[in-house]
Amino acid sequence: MPLLSIRGLKIHFRTPQGTGVAVDGVSLDVAAGEVVGLVGESGCGKSVLALSILRLLPVPPALFAGGEIRFEGRDLLRADPRDILALRGNRISMIFQEPMTALNPVFTIGDQLAEVYRVHRGQSRSQALASAARMLGRVGVPAPERRVREYPFQLSGGMRQRVMIAIALACRPALLLADEPTTALDVSIQAQILDLMLSLNAELHTAILLITHDLAVVAEVTRRVAVMYTGRLVEEAPTAALFETPLHPYTRGLLASIPRADASFQTESLNEIPGVVPSAFALPPGCHFAPRCPRAAEICRREAPRLEELLPGHRVACWRPVDG
Amino acid sequence: MARYILKRLWHTVYVAVGISLISFFFIHLSGDPVLLMLPPDASKEEVETLREQLGFNDPLAVQYLRFAGHALRGDLGVSLVHRVPALDLIFERLPASLELAGAAMLFALAVAVPLGILAAVRRGSLLDLGSMLAALFGLSMPHFWLGIMLVLLFSVHLGWFPTSGRGSFAQLVLPALALGLSLLAMFARLTRSVMLEVLGQDYVRTARAKGLRERLVIGKHALKNALIPLVTVAGMQFGFLIGGTVIIETVFAWPGVGRLVVQAIFSRDYPLVQAAVLVLAVLFVLINLLVDLLYVLLDPQISYGGGS
Ligand SMILES: Nc1ncnc2c1ncn2[C@@H]1O[C@H](COP(=O)(O)OP(=O)(O)OP(=O)(O)O)[C@@H](O)[C@H]1O
Ligand SMILES: [Mg+2]
Repeated sequence: MPLLSIRGLKIHFRTPQGTGVAVDGVSLDVAAGEVVGLVGESGCGKSVLALSILRLLPVPPALFAGGEIRFEGRDLLRADPRDILALRGNRISMIFQEPMTALNPVFTIGDQLAEVYRVHRGQSRSQALASAARMLGRVGVPAPERRVREYPFQLSGGMRQRVMIAIALACRPALLLADEPTTALDVSIQAQILDLMLSLNAELHTAILLITHDLAVVAEVTRRVAVMYTGRLVEEAPTAALFETPLHPYTRGLLASIPRADASFQTESLNEIPGVVPSAFALPPGCHFAPRCPRAAEICRREAPRLEELLPGHRVACWRPVDG
Repeated sequence: MARYILKRLWHTVYVAVGISLISFFFIHLSGDPVLLMLPPDASKEEVETLREQLGFNDPLAVQYLRFAGHALRGDLGVSLVHRVPALDLIFERLPASLELAGAAMLFALAVAVPLGILAAVRRGSLLDLGSMLAALFGLSMPHFWLGIMLVLLFSVHLGWFPTSGRGSFAQLVLPALALGLSLLAMFARLTRSVMLEVLGQDYVRTARAKGLRERLVIGKHALKNALIPLVTVAGMQFGFLIGGTVIIETVFAWPGVGRLVVQAIFSRDYPLVQAAVLVLAVLFVLINLLVDLLYVLLDPQISYGGGS
């Protein structure tokens, strides 16, 4: 049994402009200790998917329209809110894109980190502060004893993200949801933060769902990757296989749009995929990608393809997959 | 920090000079008090003598310098009407003003902040819509009307509270209510909008993702951030309240500074008006200083130099 198992998840948003479809029947598994990448263009529903696992979506406007999320066998969407509280920051943690705003500006680093120990481990104030300092040291924050008394504004972006990681991993969670954890950071800091996450993954055996639109990051740190497009999973494969033989035309387009370090004249290929992403409020019938797809046929515009395993461990939702 | 406070206190002197200058000239533009002080049938000579005595015949600049010179020694002149030092009159009335303003403020905040938080948390609920509608009414109700209604209901009909005067707690209740209700309305709306803004911040999501109970998320993480704008507005309102409660003071025969000043203005009691304006201005500045010092407790990014 996988650690996390999402089946047919559907999440809608009820707004004055109508009902938007943010997640449309996604099924995805994460095994214990595994590092899985989730990629896709902005607005395809990656954050909504991750937030829904911790039930952090504002309901309303969000609406769980179907499916289930099982974690260690437990159905999270139907779980008691108190059980969800006990999971958050404890068995499942989340870190966010913006380290600048994710920490509360008016409380010390130590206080914000100690809270986790107090809530989930029942530690006293002083015990929790000592644990906090120790954890800060582990995630590579220098002079942790001094840092616990400092405020977020006194730390750089990279240091804040380390603090976020410390908060997330304080209770040795089984699953870490990392929503674009390095996007807002300098390139040199990005690598450090990814290394830190990977070493903690090895050390604590914490599974990571790494959300990003940076395919280079995915190639570097994940073993398996899932590609989303407008709320649907379109392809899922071992990372190496996906990069070598992408089967979905969308994935191919994504891969072709990676700027290559070795080519200075590649800029025109940045926009490999013509057209625009359809709005969550006006999704086309059939395959959502059909209007932009060079291989689209009649059936693509009529009927949505199901995710099917074409190669071992390699699933794709496409009527006319790209062959080898 | 001590240096900062000293600096700010020094700035208060500038404010005092500025305010006294402005008020001095405006007051002297408003007419001649001598005519009001003497019986209507006084002779021209009598008027002239009194004018000379009070120094009103000197150029304004000279008059101001004389006033300033005395003020520096703590002497703000003698009330023309009451014939006692103006400062004594003001300080005698000030506790009543502070008491009323403080009570109104406490009452307003104690109700408005929890109400505003609840309205924000249950946004769009009946409680939210109902309380915000009530707040709108509260804001648009004239003070004197509200005061009279309160007296009619609670004093005349029910006999729970006395109609006027100052001394007992019971006498404080109605004027504080009358004065506090519109504040309550304003603070409730303010708290709600500030809370809504804060609740949408990333750090609130982080707090939830840590597994904190909603009470801690709102009562700790959100509220401390929301307090900063609330304290600012509360401080300002408190400053206004001290001198600006004439109507309520009149309705409830409350012996505050506001009524004293208005009476002084009507009787052209220059020294008293001048002294009151000055005292109120300095008080206003001091309250602002207090608010600024409160920021240090609320916002770690604010520290006033050398505070290591
Ligand atoms: N609170 C909300 N109200 C209405 N619609 C929302 C809300 N939050 C998300 N959505 C919609 O859900 C869809 C998916 O958004 P999501 O934030 O998950 O995208 P994403 O893949 O994380 O994008 P990005 O890469 O920019 O972070 C979007 O169409 C967005 O408009
Ligand atoms: Mg996102």
